[in-house]
Amino acid sequence: MRSAGLSAHSGPVAVAAVAVSPDTALRAPALTAARLAVSRDLTLAFRRRSQLVQPLAFFVLVTLLFPLAISPELARLRSIAAGVLWVAALLASLLALEFLFRDDAQDGTLEQYALAGQSLTWLLFAKTLAHWLLTGLPLSMMAPIAALSLGVGAAALPGILVSMVVGTVTLSLIGALASALTLGMKRSGALLALLTLPLSLPVLIYGARATELAIAGNAYLAPLELLAALAVLAVTLAPLAAAAAVRISLE
Amino acid sequence: MSWTWFHKLASPPYVYALAARLTPWFAWPAALLILGGLYAGLVLAPPDYQQGEGFRIIYVHAPTAWLSILVYVVMGVSAGIGLIWRMKVAHAVAASCAPIGASFTVAALVTGSLWGKPMWGTFWEWDPRLVSELILLFLYLGYLGLRAGFDDTQRADRASALLAVVGLVNVPIIHYSVVWWNSLHQAPSVMQLGKPKMPASMLTPLLMVLLGFTLFFVALLLVRLRAEVLQRERSASWLREALRA
Amino acid sequence: MNLRDSRAVFAKELQAENLHVWRADRHVLKGVGFVLPLGECLKVSGPNGAGKTTLLRTLCGLIFPEEGRVLADGEDVRADLRAFHASLMYLGHEAPLKADLTARENLRYWIGVRRALPGPALDGALARVGAGAWCDRLVRTLSAGQRRRVALAGLALMFTPLWLLDEPTTNLDTEGQRLAGELMAEQLARGGAIVVAAHQELPDTVRAARVLELAA
Repeated sequence: MRSAGLSAHSGPVAVAAVAVSPDTALRAPALTAARLAVSRDLTLAFRRRSQLVQPLAFFVLVTLLFPLAISPELARLRSIAAGVLWVAALLASLLALEFLFRDDAQDGTLEQYALAGQSLTWLLFAKTLAHWLLTGLPLSMMAPIAALSLGVGAAALPGILVSMVVGTVTLSLIGALASALTLGMKRSGALLALLTLPLSLPVLIYGARATELAIAGNAYLAPLELLAALAVLAVTLAPLAAAAAVRISLE
Repeated sequence: MSWTWFHKLASPPYVYALAARLTPWFAWPAALLILGGLYAGLVLAPPDYQQGEGFRIIYVHAPTAWLSILVYVVMGVSAGIGLIWRMKVAHAVAASCAPIGASFTVAALVTGSLWGKPMWGTFWEWDPRLVSELILLFLYLGYLGLRAGFDDTQRADRASALLAVVGLVNVPIIHYSVVWWNSLHQAPSVMQLGKPKMPASMLTPLLMVLLGFTLFFVALLLVRLRAEVLQRERSASWLREALRA
Repeated sequence: MNLRDSRAVFAKELQAENLHVWRADRHVLKGVGFVLPLGECLKVSGPNGAGKTTLLRTLCGLIFPEEGRVLADGEDVRADLRAFHASLMYLGHEAPLKADLTARENLRYWIGVRRALPGPALDGALARVGAGAWCDRLVRTLSAGQRRRVALAGLALMFTPLWLLDEPTTNLDTEGQRLAGELMAEQLARGGAIVVAAHQELPDTVRAARVLELAA
């Protein structure tokens, strides 16, 4: 057996122009890692801008279906507007889940995240945040506009915006978990919906109620608080579970 | 406290033999309790002064509803054990529970609907209990669907185990939000279950069927577990020995 | 620079102890074991399907062996998996590059998540692998060999005690293979260890002290 040849080498090794000092052998701080993860996803998304529009277009399309299917009377539409907006938002965010983990799982980026020596939970939280900035947030901003088309008064719009923002955060996190569970599965669209929707029902219930109260001009703080509580719970637990799911998929 | 019994349970051959020995101990009492309870409830108990004969469906609906949630808890807990301690047998238990639980949930929904029709005129009411049962069914279907999506047993086990644990944590949240939603619209509650003022002649059969069905579930689980273990260990040497004997 | 001075998890040796791994009912690794002191290279060879990639991934900690352990300096790596990951670099069959990013951006994100990456260091690594001319083009426009070189640039930036390489020389021309050999030799010279899975011969500059032959 070779004796440990470690003491045998001596003197500096001529490593050309790669001035990585031993200090950089320390890990990057977590915040930098998260910032880079978000930055990468945002950069990638903006290089494929057309993909970003799809969930939004789907949202508007679904909202459009209801007047055509039911009645053009604004008064009648206003009475169902809260439900329509939230169902459309739920379905649109389902659609948007496609490009959260799929590419990263295929090209080995997710694997490198798992091996990066950083907290995978934290990195996945960063990814989900980037995803929400690209899908949930635009959706929330589109919702008041769609609401106007359903006969909702302008006074209700801030309430709709706020409830949508809070709700879509939870939806993104739940979606991330479901998406992580189905990694590597082909044709997982229907299963993804089957997994995500039951878990998203509380968001739907509280969000639609908050929106409904806002439309009627009443105070909507109570359901909004419940919605926020769900978001806090999701932020704390969903990335953890998603990281476990990703590790399972890498086994 | 010695944990050796726990470690022994991790061994498929041990569990395979144990399940065979235990099954009759659950199956026979289950049969007796169910038959006895059903007889007492369907025949002996007096008709309810409000609902007449129709209330008797509670003797089938209540056990199935109770079991649909119990089985989910058992499934979630065993999935969690399998996930944390990497026990294949625990995953086999969870896999065996799922179809049983799903079937009981369907039965609960059907009996619930049947109960509603003569009493309140409709086959379906958006009652929090029925809606919760329906959502539970989807949780089961999601679990079964996730399992079916992977060819690799180990991957299927671990992914669905995580889902089961997540689902278990979510069931109270979902149920609470459904109850909250229902209370907003003040819909009448279809099911009035377990009122403490139930006379003994009605309550005793109910308890009998509840216990009987629970034992029935355990017996069924043990049988399915044996089949599940057989399938998973099909290439293992201990099985070849046992079959040769 | 001696890697033993870096604040890494291990400084002596990597050990695999009786690893048994099943993949979908197939017994892939049957009691694999070895000791690899730092400063040496282990070549894992064998036909396709023999379990080379599985072994590398088990050593990484991605795959949990049914039996057996991976030890760094005598301690189970599972005790602190994150620290262990910080001391290794795993390069799989495919380089983890995004088609819609440039080579430079890819490196910045891939390595930057792990280490502080000053600009000159990045430039230096890209120059080293000969990517100076095309490092700011989108990766989708690069050839397979060029992508491999970008992956090697990533290696050149990571001074971790352990490198786990899965077929590092695929798609590389002679010049590229020489480059890979050089990088690997440097890693060994500064006291690092390499586990490389290859069914071809390694470049001349790398002397594999140990060879692990896996049977299908």
